[in-house]
Amino acid sequence: MRDIALVAFAQTDHRRSSDELSEVEMLMPVLHDVLAQTGLQTSDIGFTCSGSSDYLAGRAFSFTLALDGVGAWPPISESHVEMDGAWALYEAWTKLLTGEADTALVYAYGKSSPGSVRDVLTRQLDPYYVAPLWPDSVALAALQAQALIDAGDTDEPALASVAARSRAEATANSHAQLRGSVPHGDYLVRPLRTGDCPPIGDGAAAVILAAGERARELCARPAWIRGIDHRIEAHGLGVRDLTDSPSARLAAEKAGAFERPVDTAELHAPFSSQEVVLRKALRLGDDVRVNPSGGALAANPIMAAGLIRIGEAAAAVHRGESDRALAHATSGPCLQQNLVAVLEGDPL
Amino acid sequence: MPEVLKAPLAVEFPFTRSLGPVQSAFLTGLRERVVLGVRTGDGQILVPPVEYDPVTAEEIRDLVEVAPAGTVTTWAWNHEPRRGQPLDTPFAWVLVRLDGADTALLHALDVPGPDAVRTGMRVRVRWAATRQGAITDIACFEPYEGRPAEPAQPAGHTGQFADPITGIVAAARLDYTYSPGRAQSAYIHALSDRRTVGERCPSCHKVYVPPRGACPTCGVATSEQVEVGPRGTVTTYCIVNIKARNLDIEVPYVYAHIALDGAGLALHGRIGGIPYDQVRMGLRVEPVWTEGARYPDHYRPTGEPDADYDVYKELL
Ligand SMILES: [Zn+2]
Repeated sequence: MRDIALVAFAQTDHRRSSDELSEVEMLMPVLHDVLAQTGLQTSDIGFTCSGSSDYLAGRAFSFTLALDGVGAWPPISESHVEMDGAWALYEAWTKLLTGEADTALVYAYGKSSPGSVRDVLTRQLDPYYVAPLWPDSVALAALQAQALIDAGDTDEPALASVAARSRAEATANSHAQLRGSVPHGDYLVRPLRTGDCPPIGDGAAAVILAAGERARELCARPAWIRGIDHRIEAHGLGVRDLTDSPSARLAAEKAGAFERPVDTAELHAPFSSQEVVLRKALRLGDDVRVNPSGGALAANPIMAAGLIRIGEAAAAVHRGESDRALAHATSGPCLQQNLVAVLEGDPL
Repeated sequence: MPEVLKAPLAVEFPFTRSLGPVQSAFLTGLRERVVLGVRTGDGQILVPPVEYDPVTAEEIRDLVEVAPAGTVTTWAWNHEPRRGQPLDTPFAWVLVRLDGADTALLHALDVPGPDAVRTGMRVRVRWAATRQGAITDIACFEPYEGRPAEPAQPAGHTGQFADPITGIVAAARLDYTYSPGRAQSAYIHALSDRRTVGERCPSCHKVYVPPRGACPTCGVATSEQVEVGPRGTVTTYCIVNIKARNLDIEVPYVYAHIALDGAGLALHGRIGGIPYDQVRMGLRVEPVWTEGARYPDHYRPTGEPDADYDVYKELL
């Protein structure tokens, strides 16, 4: 297999609203940023893949407008996933593995501000038995949180401390939307308080992948993707044990995460309770630094937040702050789908 | 910078979905106040039932009837019900394992407050007054003191009902406040003064109309505004012979690509003020505005000589 690395990462400042910008206007600066980091032009990129959602935008084929930002002419090799950009990265990784391209640009964006993201996310649920009841994303996460509390895996003060630690870590992240001390707030859907829930915001991110020697040319310390895998749970919420995430564990195992300890983990856990599930499923000890970026509790641009976890993990490797990092992305209600990547730097 | 425009945008869709044999039996059963589950290969009973085993992916059709009462496996207190949710008074979301089932069903529980709900409490179905074969035929759950029958052994069920439902209409509405962003806002603002503005790419110098803030050829941001038109040249056209619904234009009419003077690509518009069979490539046209309109109604000939093909051939 070819060695493939993440060589550049950029993200927007995530904000509650960016209505002065269209999606492509919001996206363009991060595309230019990753290209500038590597010295590449859009015409040098072998494969382009993006993640976004029409339901968030409220328009069909909304991703085609964002394509203006990557110079889609002359015809480029391009694809799109109607999912978080982490899954676009997975597609790009497989494309590079085939040898058909040596570099890939992966980007993702989401503007939650035009609509009501709690309502929008109900449309991804089972349309026969669940979606007609309009259970919103916070309600479903709250069911999972109560299951964890009943199982003795956590309690409300422990959840509050997860949220407080995330926002404290985010003080060092200028892109984050919620930083420092954030009131834990009232119940949004009990047992989750506003502080247990992610901020609603707009944002975008982009990364560049490169294979083999090309990666070394483009980056002083490439973040080599040692393994990446994604798995899914049964869609029926009542079929699953909500206190566990066997799909995250299996993805981690297949990605090689358990072969050697990791020093850093970027977990896509939009709700404080989901970090509890993931720490257990991914067997993360207290010596692993979890979400030094602040994680999704500090900024959760839907469709980009998972790609940002991979980008943040890679950036820690680039900076020499991590030698072996785990990155996780999720999609769907209550951690339904999980992707795990393991990133390593060359020995310093 | 002019104010960025905003407008309400409602997206509504009545998705029409067909049901497979198991879903049809389950939803028809709800209409008849019967709750059905399905037995998996390893003997688990799934409620609500699915057509494929979540573990083995085998097709499963072995229907059983379970009780309309059960036990809460987890809950969440929803003090501010949202549009479309089962109750409009504060309620608990619950996962309920019905007696005889091994998995839980998501629904609402009608209780006065969070102190009246706990994991493990007994509940039963409250049926909707009118039922049509949908998950909302269960209006909600309500507290229930009865114990499960011992042993809770579900009986097989044929899943056969008179007049089974075979599909559902899943209506949905989402509300947005749409903003077209900086570049398109500037374009629309200019149109209100009956001017057309594009943006020039700093790299290839092409002028995009309407501008979207990026050059799709070069992948770079555009920001330099350029006023184009008002006159232009027909680069290509077609003759429309079929009347569109709700369109108050006599057929045949001509629909054309029009390269406004100074623009790097053509817009589209209708050509009027000339018989349809006299429209031609190279015809010089100008916009015709009607009172209160937000964009030109159509374009008409200016009377100038036709443009040379070489002048507009790059814009075809
Ligand atoms: Zn250009």
